[in-house]
Amino acid sequence: MKINMETPVAAIPAHAVESPRTRAIKIFGVGGAGIVLGDALNQSEFSGASFAAIDTDAQSLAASSATVKIHLETKLLRGLGTGGDPERGHALAEEQLSTLKAACEGADVVFIVAGLGGGAGSGISPVLARAAKESGALVLAFVTFPFICEGNRRQQQASDCLERLRPVADGVICLPNQKAFKLIDENTSVFDTFRITGGLLVEGIRGVWQLLTRPGLIQIHFDDLCRIVRDRHSECSFAFVETSGPARSREIMEKLLAHPLLDEGRALTGANAVLVSLTGGKDLTMAEVNRVMEKIGQQCESAQIIMGAAIDSGMANKLSVALIAAKNPASTVDSSTDASKQDILPIETNGDGLPENPRFGNRSLPSSPTHTREPIVSRPVRKRDKGKLLQTQLPLAIVTKGRFDKSEPTIHKGEDLDIPTYIRRGVPLN
Amino acid sequence: MFDDSNIIVGLEIGTSKVCAVVGEVNAEGLLNVIGLGQARSRGVRKGEIADTQQAEEDVRNAIVEAEQMADVEIRSIYLGVTGGHIRGFNNRGVHPVVSADREISEEDIQDVIKNAKAINLPTENSVIHAIRQHFFVDGQDGVTNPVGMLGSRLEVDVHVVHGITNRLQNSIRLVKGLQLEVEDIVFNGLASSLALLTGEQKELGALVIDIGGGTTDYVVYADGVTKHTGSLAVGGDHVSNDLAYGLKVPLSRAEKLKLEHGSALLDPQCKGQTVTITNELGMVLKVVSIEHLRQIMSLRLEEIFQLIAQDLEQAGLTDYLRSGVFLCGGGARIPHISQLAEHVLQMSVTQGQTQSISGLKSALDQPEFITAIGLAKFGSFKNRKRESRSLVSGLRGMFGRLLQK
Repeated sequence: MKINMETPVAAIPAHAVESPRTRAIKIFGVGGAGIVLGDALNQSEFSGASFAAIDTDAQSLAASSATVKIHLETKLLRGLGTGGDPERGHALAEEQLSTLKAACEGADVVFIVAGLGGGAGSGISPVLARAAKESGALVLAFVTFPFICEGNRRQQQASDCLERLRPVADGVICLPNQKAFKLIDENTSVFDTFRITGGLLVEGIRGVWQLLTRPGLIQIHFDDLCRIVRDRHSECSFAFVETSGPARSREIMEKLLAHPLLDEGRALTGANAVLVSLTGGKDLTMAEVNRVMEKIGQQCESAQIIMGAAIDSGMANKLSVALIAAKNPASTVDSSTDASKQDILPIETNGDGLPENPRFGNRSLPSSPTHTREPIVSRPVRKRDKGKLLQTQLPLAIVTKGRFDKSEPTIHKGEDLDIPTYIRRGVPLN
Repeated sequence: MFDDSNIIVGLEIGTSKVCAVVGEVNAEGLLNVIGLGQARSRGVRKGEIADTQQAEEDVRNAIVEAEQMADVEIRSIYLGVTGGHIRGFNNRGVHPVVSADREISEEDIQDVIKNAKAINLPTENSVIHAIRQHFFVDGQDGVTNPVGMLGSRLEVDVHVVHGITNRLQNSIRLVKGLQLEVEDIVFNGLASSLALLTGEQKELGALVIDIGGGTTDYVVYADGVTKHTGSLAVGGDHVSNDLAYGLKVPLSRAEKLKLEHGSALLDPQCKGQTVTITNELGMVLKVVSIEHLRQIMSLRLEEIFQLIAQDLEQAGLTDYLRSGVFLCGGGARIPHISQLAEHVLQMSVTQGQTQSISGLKSALDQPEFITAIGLAKFGSFKNRKRESRSLVSGLRGMFGRLLQK
């Protein structure tokens, strides 16, 4: 695992500085929602990446504009998709593991975009992540969580999938759709709401994309990003802000602090690791970088800050900041911070709710290709364990207590003394 | 002849057997065991009653047997209680001596003990014993009987043993249902220690471990007083159960294997030895490895001692036990258990022998009966105290009142 991780990373800086887009990046849209989101990306500036769509449903694939389409199918499903059952999706994907691996071949970084809760996205994503990992790529998953009103079962399936995804992906950024409620008002249509959540996810992908592809003056390695998200099972907050004009560095801080997903900067206060990536035109001055970093540093004094700066010739007179704030769940920060983090985490996106980037807010899950650079997107990033494959354990409840089965258990310091000592101590009888 | 006030009966409703011991207090106030009744117990788990009807029947059988043997009619008993819910801790009570001459009277002692008993227990718990340890008179340590001393502030340390009222009531109600009077309830571990330890051993410090069928009770004495009590709801039953599980034999068979082939230590000779289990026709049902059997047993017993050792360590009593450890209860019969206990506890371990009690040799020598004998002994102490108190305190009270006028 380690080797997988580091090899590509080590290769990156050199590439990135000289020729920013040499890294092979593949973006997979998985399932209905994932394909729609993938299409949204297609239209923007992700020119260096190759797109693929994976689904069990032929119709959604047909509508996709992805260059590679992988249709997982068996006779069992009779062309009807998985019927919302992730186990079917999972089984199908396992069956076609070699196909998935072949699709990931040659990629340095694989982005997986999916909506969790259904059958295809939840079932296939973990397998795809593993396939990508095994073929040597870094895996970053961008997933949405269903609305609570979609029902318990979908919630459960989504969180099961997250559990599966956590050990196999290098990073998972999760946007609970439910959080969008904070950003929408009474009149927001269902369609717009999905566009908003989709838009936030797309912004997140773009932020990471820029991290990876823009030439860095002060380089942020992909593994810096991974380190920040990894092992922080709580949520991360993601914000992306852009300003232009002479006062851009001052404005950008104001925008950042006013960002709804950062909860007026409180998310920063509670963070214990913050990754900041500044991108500007060739006219970006050191003083500006310094000013921004100083302000951010004041906001989160206790956090480890990783900063990077990059130059994009297309960004003349503009400055953008992508910021990921991660909080360790173990740390007990004040509750207000906690709350704010929660807010941030979820995705909230709605054109209406975000005054600063109305356009961007319109990104829809279903299909909203347009996205401007203006959006401020905060995304909740849910980091999962690094790509370590964990051996799962079966619940071991088969030791019966014989005659003590029905009596009050004798618990001593959490140990049930009714269970034979040799079993509790794991002494083998050979 | 018809005055049976010197007949004292101890009744232990144990997990594996119900046992009643009839004692007679002789002229010197010593206990003489004159009868013993026992019955296999079927209604008790982990020292507590699980099946009232069966337990009642067993108690009746044991009492009848004891009555026949001792040729007395049993009207009242001292009842032993145990169970994992029983706990002990030390508490201190304070009482200001208010009399004008500052002399500490018997009443002051009653008051200070009453204060020491007034502890914060959960409402469902009640105190079984409050055993006085030492008195302090104006901070002076180690006073055993302060009556007649001068002082302004009297304190006492007591060891309080308490348990959950309802669970204690279960066995009391059962005995009362048999038209027997319950004189008092006594924690089994304490009863065993009364039967086993001499005053000298208590002075030096001793640990009594009573390994019963369902529970293992232990009591620590140091400086002549009870310092610590505890009850683990783990006993011989657990050993049998472990064997039944580990060797995959029925529980009754496991019980038998334990008695016939059990040992607390895993000696190298047993390697490769096996026992063949046959049915009544002589057909081979199963071959059991002695090594496994002993390993399972030894681990369980070792754990029991380890848990006790941890508890003593926590209470800081390990260094006070200069006369060592005394084992009793059915578990004390397990071969090599003393060696195992010595190994775990790192002190000398002996099989307990009843002290200063005469009577039936057959009863006195059995480790299983020590608790019941101790219950009778507890009764004899209590009787003696009651007699002396009714005389002495009656007079003293009278004189005291006269003098104060």
